[in-house]
Amino acid sequence: MTPAPPVDPPRPPLTRAARRRNRIIALTGLTSVWVLLWGTLSWANVISGLVVAIILLAVFPLPPVTFAGRIHPLPMLHFWLRFLQDLVIASIQIAWLALRPPGKPPFSAIIAVPLRVNTDLNLTLTAEALTLVPGSLILEADRTTGTLFVHVINLRSREEVEEFRREVYALEARIVAALGSPDELRRIRENPPSPLDLEGASR
Amino acid sequence: MSLDAVLDVIAAACLLIGALLSLAAGVALVRFPDLLTRMHAAAKPQVLGLLLVLLGCALRLRTGVDITTLVLVGVFQLATAPVAAHMVGRAGYPHEYIRTDLLLTDELAAHLDKVAAGDQQDPAHA
Repeated sequence: MTPAPPVDPPRPPLTRAARRRNRIIALTGLTSVWVLLWGTLSWANVISGLVVAIILLAVFPLPPVTFAGRIHPLPMLHFWLRFLQDLVIASIQIAWLALRPPGKPPFSAIIAVPLRVNTDLNLTLTAEALTLVPGSLILEADRTTGTLFVHVINLRSREEVEEFRREVYALEARIVAALGSPDELRRIRENPPSPLDLEGASR
Repeated sequence: MSLDAVLDVIAAACLLIGALLSLAAGVALVRFPDLLTRMHAAAKPQVLGLLLVLLGCALRLRTGVDITTLVLVGVFQLATAPVAAHMVGRAGYPHEYIRTDLLLTDELAAHLDKVAAGDQQDPAHA
């Protein structure tokens, strides 16, 4: 891919506090994986897990992933419930497409969806969630413009393509509502997916 | 019916449904027309099927040590299955494994053309 300079939004260099926060989140995550692997919550496990995590972070430093927001419990719950429901619907849909009597194969489409919040975390989470909800599969992500390229299965018309684009934006809004910073929440509120956006998306 | 028996029945139901979903994913792999539609099958029913099997196992085993491992398996499956589907889809994208006659629109092709054009211009600018 071309290493084009990032245009939107400008990423400010991480402050010392933000870097420390990232490191604490990474330490907590790695330690909990270690404790889950051992299966019992004991001081020995937590301390050995912390030691392993510190060594890991020192030897393999993570690229800085900015997590500017905080976890909002209720929207988070909403996101997970909706996600599980979508996963069930998606599985039944694919199972039906697989088992139905032979006929015309389903139509698909590849669409570009420029996300409103262009951060690495939002791009990753939206892409991961998209693959597991009905109809969509992530094909390519363009980090400089924050655009996801999505393969959509089982479509009948162009109208359904545009409808699906709106569903992607709704999923992004749910993720940002669960994890976003006030600035990101504002950006979602101020940019509802209007017909103009959709036009711009099909450039 | 005791609580153990109820849990066993739920566990059996989870295991069966999970196995059936995985079977459906296998059938889909054979019957779907091209690479990308097949990756849908590998991503969705298979992940839910595995999660249900894990849930069934957890309900049957009922020991903390086993359940934490099952939770980890589920979490990593959720995190990695989309990445695997993405990598396979992206590797196969511009090739003949994809039935373009079944695509309503292809906005990635336009994007890749633009990127390729940019690649050719860059040396001229430098």
